[in-house]
Amino acid sequence: MATLHTVNKSPFESATFETCLGLAKSGSTVLLIEDGVYAATTGNSAADAISNAEGINFAVLGPDAKARGVESKLADGIKVVDYTGFVELAAEHDTVQAWL
Amino acid sequence: MAKKFMYLNRKAPYGTVYALESLEVVLIGAAFDQDVSLAFVGDGVYQLTKGQKTDDIGQKNFSPTYSALGDYDVNKIYVEKESLEERGLSLDDLQHLVWEDEDEDWAEKDSIRLVSRAELADVLAEQDITLSF
Amino acid sequence: MPIEVNGKSYETDEEGYLANLNEWEPAIGEAMAAAEDCQLTDEHWDIINFLREYYEEYQIAPAVRVLTKAVGKRLGKEKGNSKYLYDLFPYGPGKQACKYAGLPKPTGCV
Repeated sequence: MATLHTVNKSPFESATFETCLGLAKSGSTVLLIEDGVYAATTGNSAADAISNAEGINFAVLGPDAKARGVESKLADGIKVVDYTGFVELAAEHDTVQAWL
Repeated sequence: MAKKFMYLNRKAPYGTVYALESLEVVLIGAAFDQDVSLAFVGDGVYQLTKGQKTDDIGQKNFSPTYSALGDYDVNKIYVEKESLEERGLSLDDLQHLVWEDEDEDWAEKDSIRLVSRAELADVLAEQDITLSF
Repeated sequence: MPIEVNGKSYETDEEGYLANLNEWEPAIGEAMAAAEDCQLTDEHWDIINFLREYYEEYQIAPAVRVLTKAVGKRLGKEKGNSKYLYDLFPYGPGKQACKYAGLPKPTGCV
């Protein structure tokens, strides 16, 4: 069962991202949207959580990263998707869990 | 007697409406000739990042408006150093905000003051009124 | 209420401000001014154009105090005072000139 997790909160603002990573299983995907995209930037204090999360794929919603001026600061290995890509991810996974 | 007003900005832009609301209150409040300062701490520092482009999310890009603050005599903009570092940011990632000093033939001066957490605590302690967004 | 200019209809809000600033063209400003018995001169256009440029750069219509200072700097000291601006735009330079410029009402302007 592969799950697509969406996280829309900044990792500095709430524990949502951390909680999601703690409960996400190997093979699932975490898509960072809205203020969640900040977690995917290089050099931030939450960045280790991404590099240490084995077996989990990370993606970022491009329009949200672009709006916030962090598109060029995204860490390596993070897939950037547009709205169509979001839909495709949802279709590829068995379930979608939206972390609020 | 002008009072010392501090607008304390703690939230990232766009995800919530706090950043835009704060900016509008600052612009409206600037008409009242008070001694205004702004501080950006925590995720608030993200409000000032360069290169914001909101066309694809259907929201207004209000980041250019920070550059107008100098015209409104709002030229004390404190940015907390630790907040930038925790987010992997430096001053170079932020917009260059300036104000023009009318008394010195419109000389351009920097508005942003990079301060440590301890220094910012001192600045906050000096305020008459602090509004937190 | 929409405004008719050269056979085209443009959406405005209840106070007559243009709904979509990208639709603006000088003829719309002329028509709005004519409806308020105001004949636009070059001096009016200096201010209107300045407001549009300011909005383009900062995404806001400047407060009157900011406009006054900026006009004084750009167009000369003798124009950078509220008397000059109110003579041109008796309903208030912020309100009236912004309307002709197709901009929203300045933030904080009631």
